[in-house]
Amino acid sequence: MELQPLLFLVFALGAVISAVSTVTRKNPVSSAMSLVAHFFMLAGLYLTLEAQFVAAVQVLVYAGAIMVLVVFVIMLLNLGNEQALTENRGLRSTLATLIGAVFAVQIILVTVAEPTGANALPSRAVEIGTTESIGQSLFTQYLFPFEAISLLLLAALIGSVVLAKRHMK
Amino acid sequence: MQIDYIGSLPLIVIWLALGAIGIVIQAFVRDNTRLVFGYYVATLGLTGLAAIVLSGHKGASFGGMITLGGYANYFDALFCGAGIMALLAARPYLQKEESEVDEFYTMLVSSVAGMMLMAHASNLVVLFVGIELMSISFYVMAGFFRTSTKSVEAALKYFLLGCFATGFLVYGMSLIYGGTGSLAYGDIARTVVTQQLTYPTLFVVGTTLLVIGLSFKIAAFPFHQWAPDVYEGAPTAVTAFMSTAGKAAAFSAFVAVFVALLPAGWTSEIAQNQQIVIAVIAAATMLLGNITAVVQSNVKRMLAYSSVAHAGYMLMGILAGPSLGTDGMNGHHAIVFYATSYLFMQMGAFVVVGILERRDGGFLNIDDYAGLHHRHPVLAALMAVFMFSLAGIPPFAGFFGKYMLFAAAIERGFTWLAIVGVVSSVISAWFYLGLIVKMYFQDAKDSGHEAPAGLAGFTLAVSVVGVVFFGLFPQLLINIFRSW
Repeated sequence: MELQPLLFLVFALGAVISAVSTVTRKNPVSSAMSLVAHFFMLAGLYLTLEAQFVAAVQVLVYAGAIMVLVVFVIMLLNLGNEQALTENRGLRSTLATLIGAVFAVQIILVTVAEPTGANALPSRAVEIGTTESIGQSLFTQYLFPFEAISLLLLAALIGSVVLAKRHMK
Repeated sequence: MQIDYIGSLPLIVIWLALGAIGIVIQAFVRDNTRLVFGYYVATLGLTGLAAIVLSGHKGASFGGMITLGGYANYFDALFCGAGIMALLAARPYLQKEESEVDEFYTMLVSSVAGMMLMAHASNLVVLFVGIELMSISFYVMAGFFRTSTKSVEAALKYFLLGCFATGFLVYGMSLIYGGTGSLAYGDIARTVVTQQLTYPTLFVVGTTLLVIGLSFKIAAFPFHQWAPDVYEGAPTAVTAFMSTAGKAAAFSAFVAVFVALLPAGWTSEIAQNQQIVIAVIAAATMLLGNITAVVQSNVKRMLAYSSVAHAGYMLMGILAGPSLGTDGMNGHHAIVFYATSYLFMQMGAFVVVGILERRDGGFLNIDDYAGLHHRHPVLAALMAVFMFSLAGIPPFAGFFGKYMLFAAAIERGFTWLAIVGVVSSVISAWFYLGLIVKMYFQDAKDSGHEAPAGLAGFTLAVSVVGVVFFGLFPQLLINIFRSW
């Protein structure tokens, strides 16, 4: 009995259900909580793919830090008027549903037409996802983009200060 | 891992100057915009010089993450030159608007660093970081006039749609990785040539998404919606830079990525569908950009729509691809030539608009330009040269660029596309020449205002020299291209 497909099924179903719940809840707080659940399900999916580090970061950064921000924003904006948030089912949402359906069919086609090669995973897959191996490839093979990202973060930092500062001079 | 420090010098210089030295200078020398301005002009000059000197130094560095020499160094020099021109044009403009802050120069130089990454990238991860570095700097620069509603709206619109485009880009890259098992251009090309794609469907979908993401950056139909609003709302000095250098950078990446994704040109089976899609996008972009530009009453908006159309022309070069024989017209060379000449003419036009723009944001309507040659004869003459070049009238650089692109498309059997290109060029003559007619053959409505050029005069001089020089001697650039 393979455990992996079963786990995948559980996490994937959970992820889809919590994602649907995120966009259908009327109350912003319960919507945010559904998003937290969704992030945990994604972390579980990463674990089944032997990506332990990514799973941990997912929980720390998304389910932890970013969700705190989201909840704070909900609290500060005091989104009491739920009526203003409900969207009418117009042409736009119909179109969005259609495009989403196309993507769903596409995913099904890809997985059905070409049997997923479960054997494609290299034998030492468990080590690939560890912090150590990620750190190693970051500082060897991916040294250049890693350093480049420092410049990207610097630019984003300066930019956000420039845009948010109260007095320019 | 092999690191070629000498060859990577242009990148190292700009990184150190920006991330290490520039920050320290700005932290300790407060409110000295003149010093920071001079420092960044020197930085770009030095970087461009290093790129030119090392253009013969070919190879790869950082374990094959970036390519060096030739193509990439040419674009380095182009971006640095454009950056210097934009800095010189921006200083008097910002002083006029009384919002000169030294961080503006930092953001401009960091966007140049991003563009250089895009040109040097030989791995999708590096390409992604480069695109983001450039885009984030642009978002900030677009919203630099924080008290102006239009500027803030432009920044927000650009940011949201840019994030959307980034989503397409990353998703496409991840699917390409799934299909080929690698992110390096060389490995992807090898996998495609030997037809060892693990999942061809993933690869095709990934390529499509990547094309969509890049089309956002070059503002091609139907992903051009952001361009008019952003180009109109952003400070004119910023628009001058991001509509030219930003577009050139996106095309430098477009070309490099396509060499990797379609190593056998358009002959492979996978490529056939993509070819038709891109041909339709190119035709629609040219027509829509030019037809919409005809009805605009705001100069910046008109130039924005025309810049959409120019992206369509350049897409023809992607379709044509590299030449088949030695004498044939090389579509990629045509793109690089067009991007170069477009940079000079479009930046020149926007800089003229920026000089004439009034402090209160007035003087942006096309009707305001009536009788301009009485009050500002030099500016009117320069604007006329840029308009002639944009319309593709010889002997200016725009003509040869268009000629090369159309010839390359016809050589590859896209005669219908070249015809669409010619038709849309004729449409574009309506508004380009219309502006010239306004400036020279109509009477002015008001007495006009002072419009000192200041340092921007240097930018205009370089632009007009570039437009005329490369129009008269296109062979000089083409010889450089042939040496790659």
